[in-house]
Amino acid sequence: MWNYLGRRLLTSLSILIGVSVLTFLMIHVMPGDPVKVIVGRLTTSPERIEALREELGFNDPIPLQYLNYLGRFVRGDMGTSIRNNRPVFDQIMEQLPNTLQLALITVTISTIFGILIGIFSAATKYSLVDRVLSFISLSVISIPPFFIALLLILLFSVHLKWIPAVAKTGDPRGLILPAVSLALGEIFWLARIVRNAVIEETNKLYPNLAKSKGLSRPGILMKHILPNVLIPTVTAISIQLVYILAGSVVIESIFARQGIGGLAVLGIKNQDFPLIQGTVTVLAAIYVVVNTITDIFYAVVDPRVRLG
Amino acid sequence: MNEIKRIYRDKPNPRPNRARQLITNFNFVVGLTLLSVTIFIAVLAPLLATDDVNKADPRASFMPPSANHWMGTDKLGRDIWSRFVFGGRVSLVIGLSAMVIGMCAGTVMGIFAGFYGGWIDSAISWITEVLMAFPGILLALTIMAILGPGVNNVILAVGIGTIPQFMRMARSAVLKTREMDFIDAARTIGCSDARILFRHILPNIIQSVIVLATLGIGSAILEGSSLSYLGLGAQPLTPEWGSMINAGRTFLQNAWWVSVFPGLGVFLAILSINMLGEGLSQVFDPVNQ
Repeated sequence: MWNYLGRRLLTSLSILIGVSVLTFLMIHVMPGDPVKVIVGRLTTSPERIEALREELGFNDPIPLQYLNYLGRFVRGDMGTSIRNNRPVFDQIMEQLPNTLQLALITVTISTIFGILIGIFSAATKYSLVDRVLSFISLSVISIPPFFIALLLILLFSVHLKWIPAVAKTGDPRGLILPAVSLALGEIFWLARIVRNAVIEETNKLYPNLAKSKGLSRPGILMKHILPNVLIPTVTAISIQLVYILAGSVVIESIFARQGIGGLAVLGIKNQDFPLIQGTVTVLAAIYVVVNTITDIFYAVVDPRVRLG
Repeated sequence: MNEIKRIYRDKPNPRPNRARQLITNFNFVVGLTLLSVTIFIAVLAPLLATDDVNKADPRASFMPPSANHWMGTDKLGRDIWSRFVFGGRVSLVIGLSAMVIGMCAGTVMGIFAGFYGGWIDSAISWITEVLMAFPGILLALTIMAILGPGVNNVILAVGIGTIPQFMRMARSAVLKTREMDFIDAARTIGCSDARILFRHILPNIIQSVIVLATLGIGSAILEGSSLSYLGLGAQPLTPEWGSMINAGRTFLQNAWWVSVFPGLGVFLAILSINMLGEGLSQVFDPVNQ
């Protein structure tokens, strides 16, 4: 177990280093002078640019620049935003809770409904109900989340006038539409995975044994099949969590919500590189951490993983 | 005699007729039809368009769908149907080209990683793991931040995002193929590494790579249109479904048709590919039999 844990953490660390190299190189592979990129559209004299170049360390060799960059990042110094001169770290810390709130609510909705629909679909497999559900799943998965968001706004905000499309900060109703837009696709994606996993387990031999011992169908489902379906389901949910975080980039800008996604898009539109580096790195780091935790979870529940 | 015949008749057909299963599969047939319609519209766009895509007519702005303008007009009075058919072209080209880029780069990387193993494998695998640490649209967004907006850059950004899946698939396929006898035989008769890689291993994995690429076109279209929706892709004069949806977003209250029709376009294009894939897996995947 410890052996496995050590190897897994080392892999995660190396990926995090890769992420930081990539975000660091971002400024250097940009066409043009990195200092001008950092300074942005401000007009500055050549002397000032030279002074900034020295001040920001752009005269150092690239590997040294990288180590300095990494050192600052680890200490939580992500530079200051070009636009409003505020530390990027502070801005991210302000916005991250909003995004996490949205992501957690979305994941909760999609997990509950996804598992229920999936099990229901598998229990009625190949029947008309199952076929209709499968068709609905495939259709909903195919609608881009930003289009779902627009349709929901059209229906609930414009026509029915139930929920405002853009809510004031602190208004809990502001969470409903973004969460539903993100969750709809995820519900049916999860439902498909759960359905297929349950059917696959049902086709194995052990449910027959349980049946011949006299266990009822719900008994077989709860005691024998669902524990085996747990692993693919947890994988799916952990993937969903990070995809929802990434998906918040688009959804937050539709609903004009505060959040790290909106921040990232703002950074890209303004060519605000410190802001882009900060937000992208934080989102990627969350992904790596979630992935690592999921893998460790497997090792805990499934001895085949930690011994294999 | 009769008895023997009966036994023969009761024996289940050992090889099910795949073609017959496919043409009676609901998902496959509907998906194929939708896809054909989408491609038809994109290819014949110049014939189907009823108006110049950029012909502005300020007097005719925000006209609802009518006999003159099948899908209404936008803010500048441009005909949405004409922009819709040409926009489909751009969106499909983005999806297809991105997949081709990802497929070629990813497959080559995967073949090298799987065939040579050792540090080459570790290095390539590490690169793909780093790329995969940027989930969903995040990688494409990061690349767009570097490259700047534009259709070509969207293609490149989405394409790079699809590299990891091809690399992983090609790598594991090569690992399986590498140990087979015909590879040893090829080596014995003096084939070079390059010849073994591209004449003996590639043909063995190309089929699954193409299937993966076809099924990925849907999500490539989705990512491309999301980038355009965020204003990073096609520039205002080029009609593209994602940017058309974005253009209509602020007028949703009074002119729903500006956004909804291009949105339906994206939806149908993705749905057709998803249904096609579902149908294929229902027929060919042993789990479903």
